[in-house]
Amino acid sequence: MQLTVWTYEGPPHVGAMRVATGMRDLHYVLHAPQGDTYADLLFTMIERRDHRPPVTYTTFQARDLGKDTAELFKKAARDAYDRFQPQAMIVGSSCTAELIQDDPHGLSLTMGLECPVIPLELPSYSRKENWGASETFYQIVRTLADKERRPPPAVAESGPRRPRANLLGPTALGFRHRDDVVEISRLLADLGIDVNLVAPMGASPADIVRIGEADFNICLYPEIAAQACSWLERTFRQKTVKTVPIGLNATREFVAEVCAVAGITVPADLDQGRMGWWSRSIDSTYLTGKRVFIFGDGTHAVAAARVASEELGFKVVGLGCYNREFAREVRAAAEKYGVEPLISDDYLAVEEAIEAAAPELVLGTQMERHIAKRLRLPCAVISAPVHVQDFPARHSPQMGFEGANVLFDTWVHPLVMGLEEHLLTMFREDFEFSDAAGPSHLGGHASSPLPSSREGLGEGSASETAAETATLAALAPSPDPSLAGRGEVEGWTAEALAELGKIPFFVRGKARRNTERYAAEHGVTTITRDTLYEAKSHYAR
Amino acid sequence: MSSAGPASGCDAPPVGVDGILRERGQREVFCGLTGIIWLHRKIQDAFFLVVGSRTCAHLLQSAAGVMVFAEPRFGTAIIEEKDLAGLADANEELDRVVNRLLARRPDIKLLFLVGSCPSEVIKLDLSRAAQRLNGRFSPNVRVLNYSGSGIETTFTQGEDACLSALVPDLAFSDEKQLMIVGSLPDIVEDQLTRLLGDLGIGKIVSLPARLAGQMPGVGPNTKYLLAQPFLAETGTALDKRGAEHLPALFPFGAEGTTAWLHAAAQAFGVSEARFEQVIAGPRERARKGLALYREKLAGKRIFFMPDSQLEVPLARFLAGELGMELVEVGTPYLHKGHLIDELAALPPGTMISEGQDVDKQLDRVRAARPDLTVCGLGLANPLEKEGLSTKWAIELVFSPIHGYEQAGDLAELFARPLHRRDLLRV
Repeated sequence: MQLTVWTYEGPPHVGAMRVATGMRDLHYVLHAPQGDTYADLLFTMIERRDHRPPVTYTTFQARDLGKDTAELFKKAARDAYDRFQPQAMIVGSSCTAELIQDDPHGLSLTMGLECPVIPLELPSYSRKENWGASETFYQIVRTLADKERRPPPAVAESGPRRPRANLLGPTALGFRHRDDVVEISRLLADLGIDVNLVAPMGASPADIVRIGEADFNICLYPEIAAQACSWLERTFRQKTVKTVPIGLNATREFVAEVCAVAGITVPADLDQGRMGWWSRSIDSTYLTGKRVFIFGDGTHAVAAARVASEELGFKVVGLGCYNREFAREVRAAAEKYGVEPLISDDYLAVEEAIEAAAPELVLGTQMERHIAKRLRLPCAVISAPVHVQDFPARHSPQMGFEGANVLFDTWVHPLVMGLEEHLLTMFREDFEFSDAAGPSHLGGHASSPLPSSREGLGEGSASETAAETATLAALAPSPDPSLAGRGEVEGWTAEALAELGKIPFFVRGKARRNTERYAAEHGVTTITRDTLYEAKSHYAR
Repeated sequence: MSSAGPASGCDAPPVGVDGILRERGQREVFCGLTGIIWLHRKIQDAFFLVVGSRTCAHLLQSAAGVMVFAEPRFGTAIIEEKDLAGLADANEELDRVVNRLLARRPDIKLLFLVGSCPSEVIKLDLSRAAQRLNGRFSPNVRVLNYSGSGIETTFTQGEDACLSALVPDLAFSDEKQLMIVGSLPDIVEDQLTRLLGDLGIGKIVSLPARLAGQMPGVGPNTKYLLAQPFLAETGTALDKRGAEHLPALFPFGAEGTTAWLHAAAQAFGVSEARFEQVIAGPRERARKGLALYREKLAGKRIFFMPDSQLEVPLARFLAGELGMELVEVGTPYLHKGHLIDELAALPPGTMISEGQDVDKQLDRVRAARPDLTVCGLGLANPLEKEGLSTKWAIELVFSPIHGYEQAGDLAELFARPLHRRDLLRV
């Protein structure tokens, strides 16, 4: 048993959900107990999807245990097929169903459903989310790809055709997958290359059937697509572009590799964005040698280390990943930068390593953001897992030349603000700088207090912002400047003050102002607990 | 109200002789583990150790959001492949995890071993584990166990399971006292305790208490009021200890709170005059607070999907005090005994459903097109996209909503989505 408070990855069936939710006209029947539907809210809340994930859960309960659960599975699969009429289904077990050993595959075979049914074996007690996504995508491709399909002849009667590629790897709940696909598709179009298929994201089972019609594959996210790409290489002789285009130099290499595979020359006039100049401009000089600690999934961490050292002039003082499957790549990169690789999914180990490395900037996941906040270090997010704020409304890819622009802004901003904070501290005795004004982006204090009562379930960011505000909110009331000079308000009784302290911090300030205004307007000189509630009811709107 | 269902006759939902629709099928609900998220805030020196899988840990993380980063007093002992090989091994492993945990958190006085679906299915005996660990850590740490598994509990039933595990452990007390049962935000608990004190009820205690060492005693002179409608097992456990349940409406809204306090007043021989004198002020404030929302909510049609068992009392409040129309009131589980007053106070003919077949229920929502649908976070955005306004239900469990002073706030929670819909021009 492993004692865990925080996990970087969910169970493997969540990886399968990410593939299914990314696709169209595919349905996932998941043999799972009541309660496992919680995973839906990752998609509807964090990624803000406007449809339910295409997942039917059998949601068995204790009274169903025994042979009943197999019947329950069959009924759920039948109902799901009848209702959603998918082009294909994937079926499998969550961790609990794995223990009760119904056989979703065998059961669904006997049902004679009128669509392909792809069984998934996802070992919940040894594997995790990324592995689940990779395995699911691989099984879907392997089952559905029509092995007879090949790309049309390179030169037809009408003349030579443009090369075509598959973009493989993007899923639902992927960190910036949506915008990376847009960015890379645009880049390929500029190079004169057509996209045959983007998968899993946006693809239907019918689309997967014609995966063999591309000349080559682009493995955008190796965590998810490497296994499928290697099978496609063997089966269709499609070459795989393996450079992950995160960062300016990696994108240039990506372009070179794509052009070589596609048999075209690299255009001389390719727009390479602003990142290169921004980094060379003298304003960026102070970035030189900044100590940076990098942690995330293997692919994003390795790419970030390269950008940090080659393109921004930082010094990499720590590098690691949480997904063991990519330990080899991370070890190789760590050796290049002369640091000890950290392969761990224990956030306490990561926290220790960060403290030991004493970086000036942390690049990591949501978890490192919180560690950095605790240690009062600037931080930027480079990898999943992430909260809702890292599924932004605006276009913000990590890949390609625009992605490099985004990386520059995102990583440098906390540092500029860090400098601002430093100046604030230096000059804090000056009358213009209030000592109470905390840094604008680090949450204020080294240890933030616990959220006060019951808020915080579900959508993370709202309560988080509230928690940050709380660190600045004064617990006891202080004279409201707008009331100064009126003179009617003498003060609060101890009992009323205590009551005020119990009000959730995010409305406490409002409650205090309203009560004092109410007291002033009604000629109340001593604010009692009742005054507090009289005011509350008076102003309730 | 049954006409609100789909038109086709063969799909007509199976309504029982008591007029209640009971459905089985896919359920879109949380499991009882979720209760940990508010219980660990309430009992300040307790730790909740889930014995489960990575799914359980991921659930708690997803549901607790940012709280996970604030050194929470809960965690998961994730069962690994080697634990599944042999059960003796699993017990040793559990002891090792608990040893490490208690060494790191010496401030913990009460440790709950919380069962999950995997631990229940492999029949890992957590009650024996708790006994064994008690032997080792007593008297510094008390170790109890309950199950929050999805196969046995739905959402708030996790609190019921937790509190009912506490009850046999409570000291015996022969003292005449009133017990408020159910975890409430501190401010609400204080307000209600104060009002009951003002009525002249001498000793008032709460279950759970805020500290493990301050749990109340119980005995034949204990009368208890349920503050929450989801405490079926806890009620039974208290009855077994000789305590007496005071049936009442649940304290939502001005009327609910009045009826709830009145049940205590009658049981403790408080005169009507004194009762009236104590509650008149706060009740008036609650009514005033509600009046503001009545015009916004009256006549609006509301549909409750099942979630927390709070649905029936909330529907009663919304219909009775704010004039809303009830299309369907779904609840994961209906305890008719504890809800007897609530059911009687609902408008006649109200469609109540127990259990769920989520796709069929969504068909009914779409057919009825209510003004407001109360549902979980997995359904809210998809329904909004279909043009149906929603109120996500979890907020009702986490916000202070009980009692007179919160009546207006409670109404506001339902008015807000409608107000926002009217406001937006996007």
